[in-house]
Amino acid sequence: MLKKIARILWKDILTEFRTREMFSAMFVFALLMVVVFNFAFENAPRDSILQAAPGLLWVAFTFAGILGLNRSNAIERENMSMQALMLAPIDRGAVYLGKMLANFLFMWISELLIIPIFAVLYNYSFTAHFWPFLLILVLGTLGFSAVGTIFSGIAVNTKMRDVMLPILFLPVVVPVVIGAVETSIRVLAGEPLRGMTDWLKILVVFDVIFITVSFLVFEYVLEE
Amino acid sequence: MFHKISNLLFFPLILLFPFSLYMVFVYAPEEATMGIIQKIFYYHVSAGWVFMLAFGLVLIGSIGYLVTQRRSWDSFAASSAELGVVFCTISLTTGPLWAKPVWGIWWTWDARLTSTLVEWLIYVAYLMLRAYVPEPTKRANLSAVFGILGALDVPIVYFSIRWWRTQHPAPVMGGGGYLDPQMRVAFFVCLATFTLLYFFLLGLRMKINEAEDEIGSLKRLAGSQA
Repeated sequence: MLKKIARILWKDILTEFRTREMFSAMFVFALLMVVVFNFAFENAPRDSILQAAPGLLWVAFTFAGILGLNRSNAIERENMSMQALMLAPIDRGAVYLGKMLANFLFMWISELLIIPIFAVLYNYSFTAHFWPFLLILVLGTLGFSAVGTIFSGIAVNTKMRDVMLPILFLPVVVPVVIGAVETSIRVLAGEPLRGMTDWLKILVVFDVIFITVSFLVFEYVLEE
Repeated sequence: MFHKISNLLFFPLILLFPFSLYMVFVYAPEEATMGIIQKIFYYHVSAGWVFMLAFGLVLIGSIGYLVTQRRSWDSFAASSAELGVVFCTISLTTGPLWAKPVWGIWWTWDARLTSTLVEWLIYVAYLMLRAYVPEPTKRANLSAVFGILGALDVPIVYFSIRWWRTQHPAPVMGGGGYLDPQMRVAFFVCLATFTLLYFFLLGLRMKINEAEDEIGSLKRLAGSQA
């Protein structure tokens, strides 16, 4: 099972290395959002921008993530590779987990690259509290990819492909967005992680529930 | 089958609706501070209860479909989602109508209001998903998957929003406050009326789905013979 998951993950990493579709889409889009935020909040006092910074980052990550996730299943549609995946003697759940991990990895890496750029552009420092922030980044991004991988599989089957994913995705990831923003604000303000175990629990519970259930029902999404 | 029973609800409903209005406006006393505005509570909370019931049954229908692959379960889930959105919309519109004169604002990002809005968005997404998948089996499978994941999300949404807004006062209504016995009776009449209305409409909607399916297959049959 683990080997099969790793195979799918490796296949996606290889495809990504050759096409660079998901990563470049997410990275450039997130960067653009960070730049546009600057104009949107031009008249806001600097203090309030700094307070809103974790929120801005998560908004950029969410929307950039949607863009990347849309590609994750659309790419399988081309050259009928979806059919090849379905013919492969692999449990459909393993396909889900492999793709989910791949999506997580691509999203997470582009987020890690956006953070220093954000720090430079907004004179914002992440260094003091980087490790706890990194943990939140992992938990939040895992939630996004857990939901996003299965929903992008649903969305490619509809007539409105690209539009459908954000409509399905955004209301469902509300708990992740709230939890990630809430904990990021506190962590970056110097609060220790011990004080926010409730929020970390919500993020973990969300990740566990959605990964498990998606694993179980993914076969119905992949069906032709 | 189900609609034959639910159709019988038509007759009690014809009587119950005027009766519920009588209970609300004549029988139940006027609330001391809010006055006539409080009357909206009877339908508002009843609609709120029905949409929660309806969304809960979407989950049951979705699981039922994935397990049995029977079309009637899919029709059940879809009809319940439609009705849930209608009743949720009633709840979301009567709420601000009450809040404006009492709280002085139409809307506040309070836990219950926000989670209701998010739930509404989830089930609107569910209906949109259905609208954009033309092939019936595929539509049933995909929407069942979304129906299950969306329903699992509802409690998580609720708790996360509650913690997010803990500093805010608890919602005025449904806070376990004391309700005048006469008001309570009027409220339960409305609750029963709305619940029966839901089941009546559910049967009707499922019957329409059945007819649509039949017309679809007849059309295909006619097309293949022509």
